[in-house]
Amino acid sequence: MHEMSLCEAIAGVVARHAGERPVSRVVVRIGHLRQVVPDALTFSWEVMSATMGLPDCTLEIESVPARVDCARCGTQTTLVDAPILACGSCESTDVTVVTGDEFAVVSLELADA
Amino acid sequence: MGRFHRHPDGTAHPHADHDVGDHSGYTETGSARIEVLENILSENDRVAEANRRDLAAAGVRSVNLMSSPGAGKTTLLRRTLETLRPELRIGVLEGDIATSIDADRLEGLGAAVSLVNTANGFGGECHLDATMVRSGLGRLPLGEIDLLLIENVGNLVCPAEFHVGEDAKAMVYAVTEGEEKPLKYPVMFRAADVVVVNKIDLLPHLDFDLDRFLANLAGVNPGATVIQASARTGEGVDEWCRWLAGVAGPPGRPGERES
Repeated sequence: MHEMSLCEAIAGVVARHAGERPVSRVVVRIGHLRQVVPDALTFSWEVMSATMGLPDCTLEIESVPARVDCARCGTQTTLVDAPILACGSCESTDVTVVTGDEFAVVSLELADA
Repeated sequence: MGRFHRHPDGTAHPHADHDVGDHSGYTETGSARIEVLENILSENDRVAEANRRDLAAAGVRSVNLMSSPGAGKTTLLRRTLETLRPELRIGVLEGDIATSIDADRLEGLGAAVSLVNTANGFGGECHLDATMVRSGLGRLPLGEIDLLLIENVGNLVCPAEFHVGEDAKAMVYAVTEGEEKPLKYPVMFRAADVVVVNKIDLLPHLDFDLDRFLANLAGVNPGATVIQASARTGEGVDEWCRWLAGVAGPPGRPGERES
């Protein structure tokens, strides 16, 4: 149901930008820290897009890895398995999330009129 | 940055698999492609900001209370109302998928309670969003409230994504839920300003490793305030209430609150 709510929100953003024009593709960018399951999101989109006024509209997901910068030693770490916000080099938790929080509609493609 | 997408016919493939012809027409003209770069939840966040403004204008501070089902939010709320009622005027916005059971449990404790059933959403929403909270705010006497406690729907995933205009996010976590949940549900644990570790009266009967849980929590949210409590016995409730009172701030502060 989480992904269904997000589909509704995505469709709302699309509607504000596309108006009445038919849309063939929506590109979203989602960071790994957002706990969104891409397969569940695309499945929800397939089920729901037609009912939200977006028939034949493909959802494309740009998946962004989670990376943190260490304030102590300057190393940048990509978080792979667990979402532990710590430096992979010196293990300091004084880190800043650089990427991974993305949660945006990037662009739309309008269908041929 | 990996890319893949799925077509209506069910096939899925990486973006690079497309031949150029498949995407022709829009990149050259630029007219068929619209750059958006807008947060997916921007509309929710806009309504959340309106809630925040309305609450601030009425002098109300608010806390979004989240947990999985059965972690003890409502029991903790009852204790909280009993403890804080003498010093703070409390309102409760109670989110529930279908029933008024939780709201009924708060009756007679002197709080203004507004129930928001979320069943009208798509298949029953599993969280409160800013618009639902806005509808609930309209049924509360905001001018007579110092602190609004927003009891979210029991769920470890969705409520964390939807800001509702709160000043702080609190999470209730029961020791019966195991040590690994901060790693499995990092969004909510990261979002929480405070985590109430509830049901600690059960620790002698469980294999729960409190230190391991706290290490996992610190891994995803090193800055979170942690309060160990038992809503059943009352242990830790005073510390939780002091934290809440800190969010509420001193009552009657000039310019911020009407007495």
